[in-house]
Amino acid sequence: MIERLPELVNRDPAIVRWGRHMNETFLLEVGEQQYLVTVRQGLISSIEKGPFAMRSWRFAIRAAKECWERHWESPPGPGWHDLFALLRRGEVAFEGDLRVLMAYLLYLKLVLAAPRKA
Amino acid sequence: MKLEPIVGRYAEIDMQNRKHRLYFEESGKGIPLLCLHTAGSDGRQYRAVLNDPQVTQHFRVVAFDMPWHGKSSPPAGWEKEDYRLTTDSYTELIMTVARELGLVSPTLRPVVMGCSIGGRIVLNLALKHARELRALIGLQSAAYVERYYDAGWLDHAEVHGGRACGGLAYGLMSPLSPQEHRWETVWHYMQGGPGVFTGDLYFYQIEGDIRERIGAIDTRLCPLYLLTGEYDYSASPRDTEAAAARIPGAKVTIMKGLGHFPMSENPEAFLACLRPVLEEIRAS
Repeated sequence: MIERLPELVNRDPAIVRWGRHMNETFLLEVGEQQYLVTVRQGLISSIEKGPFAMRSWRFAIRAAKECWERHWESPPGPGWHDLFALLRRGEVAFEGDLRVLMAYLLYLKLVLAAPRKA
Repeated sequence: MKLEPIVGRYAEIDMQNRKHRLYFEESGKGIPLLCLHTAGSDGRQYRAVLNDPQVTQHFRVVAFDMPWHGKSSPPAGWEKEDYRLTTDSYTELIMTVARELGLVSPTLRPVVMGCSIGGRIVLNLALKHARELRALIGLQSAAYVERYYDAGWLDHAEVHGGRACGGLAYGLMSPLSPQEHRWETVWHYMQGGPGVFTGDLYFYQIEGDIRERIGAIDTRLCPLYLLTGEYDYSASPRDTEAAAARIPGAKVTIMKGLGHFPMSENPEAFLACLRPVLEEIRAS
């Protein structure tokens, strides 16, 4: 599903516009599987699949596979419907430079919910 | 053009030895219904209630913007201080506005309805002012909300406040609510001044823990209705039910398919839940 993010995000200008100034790489964990997501001006320019050795990232977002699957249900159930809903229930962890995560919070929420449209 | 029946005015009001210029909107005639918006937003959240003829034929609906919010100004000297809402300052604000606008008097008792921070403060109004009020309606009421994020990020020079506050509010709504109204609700959040949402959250997350006191609420003096949207993860249905379990006589409605801003994110679905409550209050 993560591999499909470029296609799901880049064709949707209503998502891209909220990340227009973002040029960062962040780590996304779906259970044991790690991905490095690189964003260039709101477009997902690459998705790399781990494992990685000594790679840098600006911030990390980690959650179990089952958690993301519930997040991506359409429609999602109460308490699974938003990145911060997952945070509230302790299902997701953030690490790294949280200033950048908060600066692009709306964009990241829309990106991470995009698999619902698949 | 369609002219709405809502009328907006400014009032100059003295509170806590300071002059405030306060904006409020009203519509309808009858029992006063004073509406309290959520943290970091403004009275536009109640646009559908103010515009609903089924409500306004029996109720004088008033929604004011708290100082620092919406079209209400911060008091002179605001640039030298951090805005911080507290249980006492919020309670005084509500009762002062109610008195100054002629909504409460020895012969007139208003209904007060508040959402989120407003849903919290109605619990304190139930404790402190029950005899002056006809009924209280708490939307998304919780006696306490555990901190699960740092509200300091919402007031940070290197994070755009409008975008961050909007991003936060976005997710608190139900994915089932109409897109148009969800994004209108986000827009209100994007328009807040720096530090205002964070200042309200000081009351919501830190100072305004009312868990120890709610057992003393007497709903025989003033009926208490608690309506909570099922998609709210800030003040969740579980939080509301936990509060209600300690308040004999509190009436709980869990609103299916709604989130943290029911009156604003899905006006029609919210009004369908609110109208029977207002009817019951009117009949009492």
